Amino acid sequence: MIVTTGLVAKNTCFSHCQKSIQANPKPPNHKASESTTQRGAQREWAENTEEAPPEARLRPCCFSWTDVPGTFGAPPKTEALGAARSGGATPAQGRGQHRDAPWLRSRCRAPGLAQHPQLLTGRGRGLAAEKHSTVQASRGPGEERAATLRGCRTPHGSARPAGRAPASPSARLRDAITAATRLRHLPPPFLPLSFSLPLPFPARRPAAMLTSRTFLKRTRAGSVLKVVREHYLRDDIPCGAAACPLCPPRPDGGPSALEERPGGAASSLCPGPHYLLPDTNLLLHQIDILEDPVIKNVIVLQTVLQEVRNRSAPVYKRIRDVIGNPEKHFYSFTNEHHRETYIEQEQGESSNDRNDRAIRVAVKWYNEHLKKMQNEEIQVIFLTNDRNNKEKALEEGITAYTCEEYIKSLIANPELVDRLACVSDEGKEIESGKIIFPEHLPLSKLQQGIKSGIYLQGTYRASRDNYLEATVWVHGDAEENKEIIIQGLKHLNRAVHEDIVAVELLAKDEWVAPSSVVLQDDGQNEDDIETEEEKENILKTSDNKSMLRPTGKVVGIIKRNWRPFCGMLSKSQIKEARRHLFTPADRRIPRIRIETRQADTLEGQRIIVAIDGWPRNSRYPNGHFVKNLGSAGDKETETEVLLLEHDVPHQPFSQAVLSFLPKMPWSITEKDMKYREDLRHLCVCSVDPPGCTDIDDALHYREMENGNLEVGVHIADVSHFIRPGNALDEESAKRGTTVYLCEKRIDMVPELLSSNLCSLRSNVDRLAFSCIWEMNHNAEILKTRFTKSIINSKASLTYAEAQMRIDSASMNDDITVSLRGLNKLAKILKKKRIDNGALTLSSPEVRFHMDSETHDPIDLQTKELKETNSMVEEFMLLANVSVAQKIYDEFPEFALLRKHPAPPPSNYDILVKAAKSKNLEIKTDSAKALAESLDKAESPASPYLNTLLRILTTRCMMQAVYFCSGMDNDFHHYGLASPIYTHFTSPIRRYADIIVHRLLAVAIGADSTYPELTDKHKLSDLCKNLNYRHKMAQYAQRASVAFHTQLFFKTKGVVNEDAYILFVRKNAIVVLIPKYGLEGTVFFEEKDKPIPRLDYNNEVPSLTVEDTTLHVFDKVKVNIMLDASNIQHQKIRMVLVEPKIPGNDVPAQLSTVMSSNSEPEKKKKKLQQ
Amino acid sequence: MAALELLSAEGFRPDGRRPAELRKLRARMGVFAQPDGSAYIEQGNTKALAVVYGPHEMRGPRSKALPDRALVNCQYSMATFSTGERKRRPHGDRKSSEMSLHLKQTFEAAILTELFPRSQIDIYVQILQADGGNYCACVNAATLAVIDAGIPLRDYVCASSAGLVEDAALADLSYLEEAAGGPQAALALLPTSGQMALLQLDSRLHEDRLGAVLEAAGGACRAVHAVLDRVVREHVRELTALLGD
Repeated sequence: MIVTTGLVAKNTCFSHCQKSIQANPKPPNHKASESTTQRGAQREWAENTEEAPPEARLRPCCFSWTDVPGTFGAPPKTEALGAARSGGATPAQGRGQHRDAPWLRSRCRAPGLAQHPQLLTGRGRGLAAEKHSTVQASRGPGEERAATLRGCRTPHGSARPAGRAPASPSARLRDAITAATRLRHLPPPFLPLSFSLPLPFPARRPAAMLTSRTFLKRTRAGSVLKVVREHYLRDDIPCGAAACPLCPPRPDGGPSALEERPGGAASSLCPGPHYLLPDTNLLLHQIDILEDPVIKNVIVLQTVLQEVRNRSAPVYKRIRDVIGNPEKHFYSFTNEHHRETYIEQEQGESSNDRNDRAIRVAVKWYNEHLKKMQNEEIQVIFLTNDRNNKEKALEEGITAYTCEEYIKSLIANPELVDRLACVSDEGKEIESGKIIFPEHLPLSKLQQGIKSGIYLQGTYRASRDNYLEATVWVHGDAEENKEIIIQGLKHLNRAVHEDIVAVELLAKDEWVAPSSVVLQDDGQNEDDIETEEEKENILKTSDNKSMLRPTGKVVGIIKRNWRPFCGMLSKSQIKEARRHLFTPADRRIPRIRIETRQADTLEGQRIIVAIDGWPRNSRYPNGHFVKNLGSAGDKETETEVLLLEHDVPHQPFSQAVLSFLPKMPWSITEKDMKYREDLRHLCVCSVDPPGCTDIDDALHYREMENGNLEVGVHIADVSHFIRPGNALDEESAKRGTTVYLCEKRIDMVPELLSSNLCSLRSNVDRLAFSCIWEMNHNAEILKTRFTKSIINSKASLTYAEAQMRIDSASMNDDITVSLRGLNKLAKILKKKRIDNGALTLSSPEVRFHMDSETHDPIDLQTKELKETNSMVEEFMLLANVSVAQKIYDEFPEFALLRKHPAPPPSNYDILVKAAKSKNLEIKTDSAKALAESLDKAESPASPYLNTLLRILTTRCMMQAVYFCSGMDNDFHHYGLASPIYTHFTSPIRRYADIIVHRLLAVAIGADSTYPELTDKHKLSDLCKNLNYRHKMAQYAQRASVAFHTQLFFKTKGVVNEDAYILFVRKNAIVVLIPKYGLEGTVFFEEKDKPIPRLDYNNEVPSLTVEDTTLHVFDKVKVNIMLDASNIQHQKIRMVLVEPKIPGNDVPAQLSTVMSSNSEPEKKKKKLQQ
Repeated sequence: MAALELLSAEGFRPDGRRPAELRKLRARMGVFAQPDGSAYIEQGNTKALAVVYGPHEMRGPRSKALPDRALVNCQYSMATFSTGERKRRPHGDRKSSEMSLHLKQTFEAAILTELFPRSQIDIYVQILQADGGNYCACVNAATLAVIDAGIPLRDYVCASSAGLVEDAALADLSYLEEAAGGPQAALALLPTSGQMALLQLDSRLHEDRLGAVLEAAGGACRAVHAVLDRVVREHVRELTALLGD
């Protein structure tokens, strides 16, 4: 049985019938209640949906409210008011309550007696007396008030729209509701707290009215649930216009958002002053435009905001930021709770239509409301791209424009037009009518299909090398059909990389094998579908029975995962054309068609383009230009590109975020000291790399009176400044980590915190979170203590400075003595750790020497480690372990920890084999054995071998990850050989540390907890984001290094360098050049050249090219140069020079490569791995 | 689908109230003739009915009688039709026994039980429609019913709940807000003296925030008190008016 929502009307129709039990309504056409008295009410509605007249569908009130004491449960009413008026008692009619009618009457006659049985029975005389006294005591004021109450009630009685015969059922319903809401039986429906209760109640206009929203929803288990929610309507919501004298001021006392004289861009369509009011779709699609500083004074309705919130979280966040920016003068109007702008969903009206109507009603209200202002005529202009909506708005006398019309009318800002998203409206098709793609199925069908197993849901991954092929990773645990191949344009059906799609499997005889063909989509002409078909045929020729994989086709898109894409414009050959194709940097993204008038200026620039849609008849998706990043090859542009491509949030912090920063000048107050220990007297110092501005750790060391040692690690107290749940916290959680690029730092927290208030600089008071140990001289921990503190660092040293102090015999000040003590302890700690089986791994890290003026890299240097590096590291590790233990003890379920899983033994195969070829043995059964065998693996012939082995070992490792202790049971940190570990020591640059700080603060009672902190699912989601951000940050860092390496070789030209072979592949070798920490691949197969004879031996492993055999760790010499043949993807190319292989010469076209190098078209280099 | 926003940036709750505002509160006393006292209350969509018998002689084992004061016996139940899903609710399940116990504690603190040694007072409360704040509606209804029965009270017992969303305390939580799972406190207050009859706190709440939550709940209780007081006075006025006729 399906009950439609329309059935259930108001249940709040408390009718008002004074002393009228017999006012027993019998509406003239109320068939339903007569005919179905015997049946269940539920049944009755359902059956009557078809045949009963619409009035009967109104849900009778559960209780009618009368003023007669004891008339609880008067007869049901279908229509609240008119019926109650009509009178006429029909006691037999209605529901069961009527059995009580005689009783009720008798009660009416002598309510007092009936009310007090004690008086009659005489039971408990004392009681009666007691009661009487109560009654008497309260009589005086009661009467007084009663008069007023009566006075205020009567007008309501006469306010009924009696005798009116509404024309349509919906009109009747509306009337019933308005009437019902107008009637109030008790004065103010709810009382604000601040309202000191004056008695008697003033007969004032209510601050709010009550209505209710009823809807049905399907639960996860599949049952239908009826939900009734109250919905209060108010008239104290300001309209937001600065000049409005009618509306109450904002509750927080701030200035009104909308300007009194709306400035902004002048429009030729509406020259007068105006506010803009966009609808939902406009906001969703044209947010780029709305964010432009030119657009000001915009009213955003609650209806619109809610819809946006449900449909796109990123857009919602962006619009919230815009609203939060006082410069933009955006105002969000809570229209759903405003008495005059709230509307009910009508019968047969979809919720979308209802929302559109609500928006129009609000626009109308605004226009009427603003007319009441004395001197200024401000218009509200409705912006919508929906043609129907616009027509309806115009019919209703609202000024409405499409976004395009409005933006084009802006006189001074023609460049905004390019940022318009071209969402295809029917009729405005840019393409020929030929339909290329099959239709996508609607979501409901997809869900059904997925449930019944016809379709499979998965993530779409486009192939990097072949634009006509993709794989779909099916979600879920199913072993078979985990990966489905999709081939051919029609089967790909407009899915874009990373979309969540529904796939239908093809019959077995249509299955294909993954092709090994490299195909790039370079057709400029959009109509040549025939050639596409030819290309598709190429794929199918290489059929091999054993290679066939499950193959499918995309039938629908469950969720688009479009983001703005970086890339370059491929200008159309037609000179005047406005439509151009855009080629994204990521090869997995299809080319996008955009419309722009500035193609000439955009050529050779890196630009960002967003996809708007992909119609069925278009070969390419449609998009719009968002932003110009700058010319390609430019350092800043390329940095921006690599940040965008690695999804590193790097926009400047929004106003909303910055508003949560402490106000400057900042100083420590009494309140801050409440849970803090004053440690300013301690000799604290920090040791960091040179040029470090975000100092998040400092150390102290002193000898105690009992002969023991006290060592403290002091970490910046970032969680003091970043409070849970505010915009600043959310932004940092989203960023997850600070990203360090070669010459740029993308902060996780605003600079005021990272480089000033949280940075533990010397000689200023700073808030810290301290971990203090009492140790003996053997570095055994006797006591651990955590406290929030306040410190004053005595010195900020660099590693080199600290090392110099330790080594210098002449210096004997406090700081130096502390450093020596710390260094001594650190050595013991390190030894213990290594004895436990901690690994010392190695990866080549490089540092660029930048030219101070051009900021171009002029030299490369591998990073050098000093003793002091290891000293600081040791204590940080110790602090992390101590904190991990503490928070895990306190919160076994919610501790945020870091683990490093042991790699599966097979990961080591390559290492063991490689070592064997050099006659060395590497044991991998435990971390300790591995560490020891690595230490022993020395070869006098090649001193660099040990480092190579360690680099190789690093490659065998798993990724260390954050996790929530309640969601996992393996806590071990393999690399550090610690049973438990977390990150505590760098809260300025890692969000995980902030959470750990909060947990620790709660554990020691210095701060309060909040719901998200003790929700393991939320924590686990957070960990997922943090792990993702860390991974992306790492990739971005590598890409940055790679780009700078490329810049370096651009200036350096072609060089020959010594290299070591790291891996041997079937057709190539991977080499490492220690001098630059650079890794590259040397291919032996090249286009347009005879393929040399290759013989790959998997066992050794070795590769024999012609007559030369290459082993892992062999020392070779390579020729390095820049390959600029692909404009989007440049790379470093390496060719083997020594040992010399015939036919694999350094290419003769060297000079031509060099000449193309000089053109400013450098692209991000992809390291081949 | 994004999760529900419990407090919008504009400062409105999902149903349109501001943080400190209560739902529409309406009440009637003396809705039944048979029992000694009865009352019906609506707090928004939460509707409760309370009925009081007593003080009367002990029913059942006499040994249970207290020598120095009256025994308060409370029974809480929920109507099968009180939620969106019709559900059989057996008496004496854990939830309702706990609620019964809470009501008993609340009213033992408020009723002048020492006036009626060796007797018994029965309070029966039923939730007719549940939409959050069940305990509070029960206490408020029972207070009116006890007054209706003429049983001397130290003071009105007024109850209200309060919760916390992003540092803002919300008064009088609806079911929607309760279901969101944040911390919530139910407070039964004797408003004149400011004494607490019962305070119940669900889920974790740091003591620093307790003040704000209690303040919100206390304020709401006082607002409830104003309404209840008015209902009682109006009821009495009507009674006396009828008696006078």
